[in-house]
Formats: sequence, C-alpha cells, structure tokens
Amino acid sequence: MSTGTLLEVEDLSVRLRTARGIRLAVDHVSFSIGQGEILGIAGESGSGKTITALSLLGLLPGGSRTTGRVVLDGRDLLTLHRRELRSVRGRQVSMVLQDPMTSLHPLLRIEVQMTEHVRTHLAMSKDQARERALEMLAAVRIPDPEQALASHPHQFSGGMRQRIAIAMALACEPRLIIADEPTTALDVTVQAGILSLLDQLRRERGVSVMIITHDLGVLSSISDRLCVMYGGRIVEHGVTREVLGSPRHPYTNGLMQALPGASGTGVPMRPIGGSPPSLDDMPSGCSFHPRCDYAQVSCSSKVPPLRPIGGGRLLACDPDPLAPDRSEPSSSGAATSVPVPDPLAEQVP
Amino acid sequence: MTVADSLPLDSDAAPPGVEEQLDRSDRAALRPPWRQPLALTGGLVILAWIVIAIFAPLLAPDPPNSQFAAPLLAPTHQFVFGTDQLGRDIFSRVLYGARLSLPLAALLVAVSLAIGSLLGAMAGFFGGIVDSVIMRIADLVFAFPGIILALAVAAALGPQLRNAVLAVIVVSWPSYARLARSLVLGARTSEYVTSARLFGSSGWRVLRVELGPNVAGPLLVLATLDVGNAVLLLSGLSFLGLGAQPPTAEWGAMVSAGAQNFNSWWVGLFPGLAILTVVLAFNFIGDALRDILDPRTARMLGK
Amino acid sequence: MTCGTLANLAVINTSLRGRARRVTPAGLGRFLGRRIGIGLVLMVGITLVAFVLTHLVPGNPAAANLGQRALGDPAIVKAFNHEYGLDKPVVDQYVIYLGKLLHGNLGISEQSHRAVVTDLAEYVPATIELALFAIVISLVLGVGLGILAAVRRGKLVDGVIRVISLLGVSMPTFWVALLAFYLFFFRLGWFPSGGRLGPAVTPPGNITGLYTVDALLHGDWSLFASALDHLVLPGLVLGIYTVGTMVRFTRASVLEVINNDYVRAARVKGLSEWTVIRRHVVRPALLGIATVSGVAFGSLLSGTVLVENIFGWPGIGQYAYNSAINLDLPAIMGVSMVVAFIYIVVNLLVDILYSILDPRIELR
Repeated sequence: MSTGTLLEVEDLSVRLRTARGIRLAVDHVSFSIGQGEILGIAGESGSGKTITALSLLGLLPGGSRTTGRVVLDGRDLLTLHRRELRSVRGRQVSMVLQDPMTSLHPLLRIEVQMTEHVRTHLAMSKDQARERALEMLAAVRIPDPEQALASHPHQFSGGMRQRIAIAMALACEPRLIIADEPTTALDVTVQAGILSLLDQLRRERGVSVMIITHDLGVLSSISDRLCVMYGGRIVEHGVTREVLGSPRHPYTNGLMQALPGASGTGVPMRPIGGSPPSLDDMPSGCSFHPRCDYAQVSCSSKVPPLRPIGGGRLLACDPDPLAPDRSEPSSSGAATSVPVPDPLAEQVP
Repeated sequence: MTVADSLPLDSDAAPPGVEEQLDRSDRAALRPPWRQPLALTGGLVILAWIVIAIFAPLLAPDPPNSQFAAPLLAPTHQFVFGTDQLGRDIFSRVLYGARLSLPLAALLVAVSLAIGSLLGAMAGFFGGIVDSVIMRIADLVFAFPGIILALAVAAALGPQLRNAVLAVIVVSWPSYARLARSLVLGARTSEYVTSARLFGSSGWRVLRVELGPNVAGPLLVLATLDVGNAVLLLSGLSFLGLGAQPPTAEWGAMVSAGAQNFNSWWVGLFPGLAILTVVLAFNFIGDALRDILDPRTARMLGK
Repeated sequence: MTCGTLANLAVINTSLRGRARRVTPAGLGRFLGRRIGIGLVLMVGITLVAFVLTHLVPGNPAAANLGQRALGDPAIVKAFNHEYGLDKPVVDQYVIYLGKLLHGNLGISEQSHRAVVTDLAEYVPATIELALFAIVISLVLGVGLGILAAVRRGKLVDGVIRVISLLGVSMPTFWVALLAFYLFFFRLGWFPSGGRLGPAVTPPGNITGLYTVDALLHGDWSLFASALDHLVLPGLVLGIYTVGTMVRFTRASVLEVINNDYVRAARVKGLSEWTVIRRHVVRPALLGIATVSGVAFGSLLSGTVLVENIFGWPGIGQYAYNSAINLDLPAIMGVSMVVAFIYIVVNLLVDILYSILDPRIELR
C-alpha cells in the first residue's frame, strides 16, 4: 500500500469571510497521505471538506486566511509564492472537480484543454504535449483518443467527460490527485467505472488520491484510510474497513445508516435528523450535539479533542457511546440504532 | 421595498453547502440600496429635483418666459446661468423645466409599464396566438431603433409635446412586455406555484399572492432604469423640434437653442446638466436595485 | 434602446449552460434559414408600420403636397389622389405601396424633390462609417473596461468604472455633441468644425462610400488623415452611450463566466491568471458581447440623428432630422426602413458569427 508519506497536513485552519463576518470553516485539521494511497474525506456538504481541499492549493477566494502547514516533499505549500504555487498546481497536485458537465470548458477543444498545462509545466512542444494527451486519454480508456482531441466537451457523456477530466489531471504525472465528489454527478452505473479507474491508476502509476465525498459507499470500496469531517473538524479517522465496520462516532454511524441498504442487517435506511450547521451558526462544544442521539449535557460546552483510541484510529467524541465494550444507554431513545456487526470490531481493543 | 424583501441573500432556511458559502462570502459587499453611496446620491438628487419642481415659482428669480434682460448674457451674479437668445433667465427656465420633465417622465414610464406589463403578462399567460401576435409586434418595435421610430411617429402625428409623449410610449412598452412575459412564464412553472397549487390554492390566489411580488419586483426595477431613458428620449425629441414647442421651458428644447447659439456655451450647458443629473440619479438607483435582484432576473433586465 | 439585449441574453444563458445537440451542417442551414425568415417577416412588418404612419395617420397628403390654389380645385385634388392611389381601399393602397417598395421606390422627398432612394444612397455610407467607428471605439473601450471591472470586482477600479459607465448612459448625446463641438472645435481648434472632409479635399473614388476605407484602398494618406480627422469627434460622441452599455454588459458576462467550474478547473491546472482570464473567461464572454454589439449598432444608428446635425455630418441622421422638422414623411419613412433593414442584417450577421463561435449553439 503506502511507502512513505507524500503529503502531511498539520493544524490546517481556514477562516472565510462571510456576509456576517470572519468564520472558522476548517478547524485545526491534520492528516497525511502516503504514496500510492487513497485517502477518503467524508462529510455532508458544509462540513469543510471541499474548503480543506481548495486550501491545500491556495484556491480559496479572496478574503480567506489559511494557517497551519501543508508539507509536500518537504515544502510547505502555504508559504509558497503565487508563482511557485502555480508550478505545484496541475503539476505535483492536480484536482478533479465534481461535475464534469461544468468543469470542462464548453468552447475549447479537448486538445487545447488537455495540453495547455502540459506545455506550461513541462515545457513540451505542441506535438509532444499532444502525444502525452493521447497517452493519457488511452490510459483512462477513452475510445479513439485522436477523435476525442478534436472534439468539444458537449460531444461526450458525463462519464466520458469525467474520464477526460481525470486524464487532464493525470497529464503532468502529478504525485497527488484530489478528486472532489468525482462520482456524485454521474449515474450509478458509471460511478463504479470511475472508481475502479482511480484505483487502477493508483496501482499502476503509484499516484496518491484524495477522494472527497459525502457518500461513504464510494469510499468503502477503494479508500485505504478515511477521515470523517463535521463542522470543519475531523471527528473520526482510521483505516476505512475498520471505521466503516464499526463506526465509533455517532456522526459516522449516522452517515452509515443513511446509506441505502447499508449494513445488510435489515435496518431500514435512516437519515440523520436535522441538517448540518451553517458557518454563521455553529453550535458550541461538539458541533454535532444538536443532532446527536447520544448527546449529553457536557457535549454542548466542551469541544471533544481528537484522541487516539487504539489501532491507529482517532475519535473526537467524549462520551464514546459506540465503544464496543459499552452497552447502549437506554435513555437515549436510540433504540433503533444498531451498530453494524463486523468481525474486525472485536480485534480493536 | 418589496424587492429587498424577496431576496435570497441571507435566508437561513437551509444550511448552505460549501459552494454556497463561498458564493456568499463573495457577495459580502452587497448592501441594501439605501446604504450604497451611489443609490443614496441618486435618491437625494431626485428628491432635490422634486422639491425644485414643486416650488419652482418660489425658487426662480424670474418667470420662465419674461424677456426683460439683454439676450445672451454670460452668467453673472444676477443671472447665474446667463440669459438666452431672447433675454430670458436660463436659471429660472431650468428650474421651471423640472415641472415639465419630471411629471412627464413619471407619466411615460407609468403608462409604458402598465401597457407593456399587461400585454406581456397576457402573452405569457395565454400563450399561443395571443403570445405570437403581441411578441411579434414587440420585435417589430425593437427593430426600429429607438429615436428613429419616435421621430417617425412624432413627425407623422405632428410636432407637439403630446405626440412626442405618445411616440416615447410606442417605443418603450415592448421592453416591459418582454420582461413581464418571461417572468410570468418562469413563475407559472416554478416550484412555489406548483406547491401552492398542490396545497389547493385557487388560481387567482396564486396569481395575486405568489406571482404578484415576484413579477412586480423586476418590473419596477426596469421601470426605475427606464425613467432615465424616457427622459433622454423625450428631451431628444424636443431637441429635434418634435416635442415641446417654444416658448415652453423644456430642457431638450433649451439645449437646441444652445446649438443655434453655440458660441454662448451657457445656453446649452445648464439645461443639459439638468437632464444629466436627473437621468444619472435614476440610473444610480436602478443600478443598485438591479444588483439586489437575483442574477437570473437581473440578466433579463439586460442593459 | 438597450432593452433589445433582453431576448438575446436569454439565448446566451441557455447556450452557455445547457447541454446542446451536436451541430450538423444541415442544422446550421436550417437555423440560418429560420433567422432569415424571421428577418423577412420583420421587414414586411416594418413596411406595414411605415404604411400606417404615412397613409392612415390623420392629415391630408394632398394638402401637404399641393399649393393653396390647387387645393381649391377639386379636379386637381382628385387627380392627385388618383395618381397616388389615395382613392382606393386601404388594402389596395398597401399592395401598391409594397409594389413600389419592391421596385426601390420609396417615394419622392417633399423637401429635396428627389427620389428618397437617391437621397439615401448618398447619405447612408456616411452614417455607416460613423456608426462603425463608434462601435469599434465602444467595443475596445467598453470590453476592456468591463473586463477590468469584473476582474477587480469590489475594488476601487470597479467602482470608478461603474460610475463612468453610468455617466455614459446618462448623458444626453445631443448635449455632449454640443459641448464637444464648442470645446474641441470652437475653443481649442483641435478638430475641424464638421463635414466629412476638409474644404480643399476631393472625396476618394467611390468604392465602399466610407471615405476612410476608400482613401486607404486608394493609398491616399493625406485624404485618409483628413477623413479620420473629421470622423474622430462625432464618432467618439456617438460611441459614449454604447461604451456605457458595453461596460455594464461585459462586466456582467465576465462575472457570470468567472464563477464557472471550468474557470476553477483552469486555475487548478496551474495556468497563469492572465491565461485563465484571456482563454477561459473572456472567450466565452465574447459570445454574449457579439450579440449585444448587434443591438448596440442599432442604437448607434438612431443616435446619429442627434449627433450628425451638430457636426454637419451628411448622413441619414441629419437627413432624418431635416425631414422631421419639415414633416417630409416619405423621407422619414425611407430612413426608418433603411435603418431597420440595416439593423436586421447586422443582427443576422451576428447570429451567423455566433453559430460559428459557439460549437454547441442550440439550433432553435
């Protein structure tokens, strides 16, 4: 799997300017991505996951402030000048945006869009860049790459466009691809193809991938490790199989149960009550407490720290009601909540 | 401020996604019009002109048509804007001009708004042949560029202020018709109407309660923006001799006198400034109002 | 005037956002055929308006055309009415009128006593030259400032440009013309008083009728200089209003594009900001600007009525003005029809340009 760390994010915080003032959108987030690793970042919209991704490359709108460290190959990206940062974007780290219907330029031929950054970053001639583009289109299994280069985006289906967007992200052979909801806008049948493509690229090219999604189902099949974000903080972190096998944070658990046919235990799909908080109206203490079935009085006053719970897992929940050695509190009214049984859960101390 | 009330700006009904939060932070600079310096300036200028129009007889040193000074006197203490070719005090005439231009502009816009909205709403509501006929006529008017059609109408009816006003209305109503039509079309299919229908509201109630504000808001913004155009068009016709006739103190006609005596710069300068301030003031307000409409509707307003 | 942008904006919106079908040559042909058809229908409608205004509006053509003495003679009046078909039913009159139009007969100017067509042929090129100059100025200035304002949105530059553009659309053209004439000719003497050429200069051999272009085609530089010298001041004055509208529109369409995903995608690729703006933002925004400039050209044509007179520019604007104050209806209607015709043709050209620029145009 991973052979050494590629990207190390430490204490990343992002302050955004909203209509009501400065708001902390990402709150002291730390994680790392190994080479050839797929890291999943999960959370509902508004949890800060896309802001996190954009802040890594300095792509946030004006008026926002990013602090902490984002170390790629020993260099802190947050300290780079604009010009240096541009040489990282698309070259070392590239990004695939959510909706392939809107992320490709409608008026430019694919060839222009596939080669412009290659020529900028790698100082290639037009012909060399074109060769590279053909190679990448073949790598993402676009039939007839030659024809594709001469076409405009509207001539492709959504799935094909996302493949092209991935090929574009690959073109400069980056070390890391950030994929922001890469399958959300696509049909279910097409989603699997895109995911297996990312997995294949990771295996064949050793590229690391950071997948941002609200859909735990997407991550369960391919990501190695997983961060669950809520209200701008990481609330649970660990190996994907383990986290999804026995979620410890009530929010993770809620996300699992919101999946259709999640656990196969016959428990009906159950969405989390309420809606994620807005930046202007962030609850005190654990920001999930107003929606949490297990909330206690202390949850509304004290921010739970992200602490190790063994097995490399991290959890930010002080009551920790889903710990395997604890029976459910009967007063919580969460009788329908059945933790997903998983053989792996027993191995976690 | 019905427009301001229907804003999607800070509704906390649903928590925004990341994208919306970003968009929102982009729009942080948006303030209500009464807190924007340009709109505020515009409002004050118009207020000042309204006061002038009402109290012109008290404010003006001379009656507009009295000719007891020497012709073409440059501005002095006695005649701050100078005198025209007939020895009339230009300052007084500019003040009196407000009594003509402002009410006429309001009348023009009100009538165009009424006719245009009615026809446009009918086109949008009934569709079919009604729609086709009304909108083809509107297209036709658009194909005749503004002042030339007004010129043709005014010339055909005869050079009179009344006919110039008619000409401007003929030219102005189609933009309201187009906007009203697209608003009605959009609103008819929109979700809030569908849901109102689902909850069993009667068609008439839907039209009055739900459609009214959403259609009226943009139309009123267009009307504000259009006051300036109406003033320009009407004074243009008067400048060409097809509107207000001598000796009426009308700003466009006064600029025309300035063109005939161009070496006496004051004859044309001051009435033109009067037109400019009124038009600019309305455009300041209209521009601020347009910004608070949602972008899609604002785009329909064009310009 | 500017409200004509409305319908076009809706088209731009759908075509920049929506998914469109693939364009086939046959589809393109159908699209253009439809547009030409609409143009023809509009033309017929315009003749109808002109007919109504000239023939049905109260007022006695005989009285306007015949002298006082002739009016007293019923036979002469009857002969006059018969000659002009005024004794026939309205529909027949319209058909006769239309027949005359088709033969290029726009009637006789009551003022110049020449065929209106002859007059127009003389004056139209001058106005086209003036309007073309003004539209070029407005495009360069308006689009440039509009992009600048959008890129620096919310900054001081944006605010200043906003005030400038609002001033542009708020100034009465005829007044600016008067001030410019007074200042730059009468006071400063920087520009000639009016007309298209200096007094000692003979017009170039007629190729396009645009003196600047013809002078260049003949390689006559001093002639070109004289023609340009006369063109600049009225052209700038005429363009002021359009600059204002262009700035506002460009700013709005650039802002609309700049928030698109594909612009963020371009930034993600590490392209320089200049490349992002130039290739990914301005290019799609230009589509909309092309459409608007067609509409703007129409408003420029009508603006000439207010400008040409002051600068003594011998174009249809001055002709229309002189016809209007003398109530020369055939001449005014001739001008209206020509202007409307030019407007329709220009917008058809813009449609064609648009369908070339946008690979995904919805062929409706």
